[in-house]
Amino acid sequence: MAVDVTVSGAPDGDRPRVIRTRLSVADVVFRNGLRLAGILVLAITGLIAIFLIVKASGTLHAVGWRFLTNFQWLLNNNDLGVGALLPDTIIIAAIALIIAVPLALMAALFISEYAPHGLRRPLTGLIDLMAALPSILWAIWGFYWLMPRFIGIGRWVSNNLGFIPFLKVPGQFQPTNFEDSPLLAGLVVSFMVIPIIASISREVFSQAPQGEREAAYALGATRWGMIRSVVLPYARGGMIGAVMLGFGRAMGETVVVAIIVSEAFTITTHPLQDGGNSIAAFIANQAEGSTPVLVAALIAAGLILFIVTLIVNAIAAVIVARSRSGAQTAD
Amino acid sequence: MTATSPTRTTGTGGTPAALPAPAPRERLIQLRPVTADEVYPVLGSVAGAIALVWVLYERVLPFTGAFGFWVCSYGMFLILYASITAMRYGPRDVADRLAGVASTSAALFALVVVLGQICYIGFRGWPAITHVNFWTQTMQATGQLQPLTSGGIIQGLVGSLEQLSLATLMAVPLGILAAVFLAEVGGPLGHVVRTIVTAMTGLPEIVAGLFIYATVVLGLGNRQDGFAASLALGVMMLPIVTRGAEVMLRLVPRNLREASYALGASQWRTVWNVVLPTARSGLTTVSVLGMARAVGETAPLLFTSGLNNFMNANPFSGPQTGMPLQIWTFIRITPTATMIDRGFGAGLALLLMVLILFTAARVLGGKAPGELTRRQRRRIARDAGRS
Repeated sequence: MAVDVTVSGAPDGDRPRVIRTRLSVADVVFRNGLRLAGILVLAITGLIAIFLIVKASGTLHAVGWRFLTNFQWLLNNNDLGVGALLPDTIIIAAIALIIAVPLALMAALFISEYAPHGLRRPLTGLIDLMAALPSILWAIWGFYWLMPRFIGIGRWVSNNLGFIPFLKVPGQFQPTNFEDSPLLAGLVVSFMVIPIIASISREVFSQAPQGEREAAYALGATRWGMIRSVVLPYARGGMIGAVMLGFGRAMGETVVVAIIVSEAFTITTHPLQDGGNSIAAFIANQAEGSTPVLVAALIAAGLILFIVTLIVNAIAAVIVARSRSGAQTAD
Repeated sequence: MTATSPTRTTGTGGTPAALPAPAPRERLIQLRPVTADEVYPVLGSVAGAIALVWVLYERVLPFTGAFGFWVCSYGMFLILYASITAMRYGPRDVADRLAGVASTSAALFALVVVLGQICYIGFRGWPAITHVNFWTQTMQATGQLQPLTSGGIIQGLVGSLEQLSLATLMAVPLGILAAVFLAEVGGPLGHVVRTIVTAMTGLPEIVAGLFIYATVVLGLGNRQDGFAASLALGVMMLPIVTRGAEVMLRLVPRNLREASYALGASQWRTVWNVVLPTARSGLTTVSVLGMARAVGETAPLLFTSGLNNFMNANPFSGPQTGMPLQIWTFIRITPTATMIDRGFGAGLALLLMVLILFTAARVLGGKAPGELTRRQRRRIARDAGRS
């Protein structure tokens, strides 16, 4: 803790005293030990990124940029890529967000603004519990409980809203056409994204300055008027950041997509129809009988997923840090 | 529906603690938080919406199905409630009350989904877990079609517990040390560490498993075991624990540290005797929630732990499956009726593990820094009385 204190504006002839604190031996050891732990964490996490790049480089070199656009997965000819997987990953994540964002934001608003004081802690716990429920349980719940109940809805939407092209399920009605759909997977993934978005935005909502709230009430605002003019503008950055984090989580979701969606290697154009894929689910489905060549190709696919997630998270971090709501946490 | 409390009467946003204590003779006027004017329109709208939609949906129009019924009822409820409010108040109040009921119902929806999910897993898993052999046997001698009186999940339980313990031993101490580094030492290196760790919280689970598979499993000669699985889980936990613990350490008030320094304590004394004890409950919560996250992860196990249906209590040799992967095996690889029942039974067992960890996190921790337990308060009172 070597701190230099200089007093400006001292009278002539007075030299400001330099105050130095010498660290004791124990402190030096302590700080260096902590630094070592930091470096270790950095090494472990950095190692993952480096290792992914190194392992993926063979496949990426052999295939080149076509890896991003190739629709095939023919391992032997190096004719492979994530062209069909990446759009599907993003479609499922986008469906999840469309469902999750309004629900999560409204639930967060309820907890931070409307709920009686005694209810806030239990409700926060409920959101935490929702986040802690294992993904495999969401998957079997979605597959065995939600899916049979979902066929009728899918059929109704396809029959009555089918004039919107992507809501139509082509062909004759078959229940199996409506099972295993990316829409259903997106719905289940949305339940896993809701707690992430809700807990972060609740945190940000509750930090909105009390003085401004009271000012809005003093000017005669209703509670919703106060929320619209004080809480939401204050929390905008935090909300966008939370949604982006949820998007990253939704793209990386593995088990739900792997269990619910039946594998298909095409870009999803009709989310109500069965068949679809995502990078994470595709990798999971290849887990049996993997050879080094396959693993290298899978790591390349995983690297693409990781990079996309990283970009989304980085944008989220920048938005949060630049916004007013990130002011307290920016250091 | 008690949440649609009035806006203008409780305009201070509800911070009674900040008000000065009233003089003894004055009595606080109790504002009723919920008035009849708010309760009855909601109840009436609910009843009216359900009745109206039942008549239209089930009797007049050719629709059936529970899901559509409830969606239509909810829409009808919003319309009725808005109209009732509009009869007495202006459009601003209509928007206010609609926002109130919408956010209330969003929270209710989350509650219903979580409870429904837990009850469904409990209901479907009950037949399997009531057999004693489900908790004491392995699946070694049990085929796909054999009834629930044979076979069990002990190998998955043992695997999950051992892998979770190993992962916790690796990730939690290191994560908390790194968090202390970030919060107390910092500097340019701290900034780099924080950036990388934050980026790594977004690491997709399956990629963590793939990473361990490519480095440890293939690198050390193609063996999948419990240790590799716990490494993958640890890699998943490390960034979560580090980031969470740093937030908890930053919540420790700065003046506590300054008071310690002013008394002449060195930095390490300050951290050990002031910062860490103050943040203890928060750190516990973060660690146990990280454990709850890790025990439910399937994807990191897929490439690392290997599959076994026999007992393997040694995490360092041979395949050692964990509970999530056991469920995956039951319902995905061999989905016969009894296997699905076993899958739900294993799901219920996993749910119980998560719930125990979660409850432990809420009981042990969840207090603000410096907030004392009843026992600590008693001890302080006793010490004060003695001196």
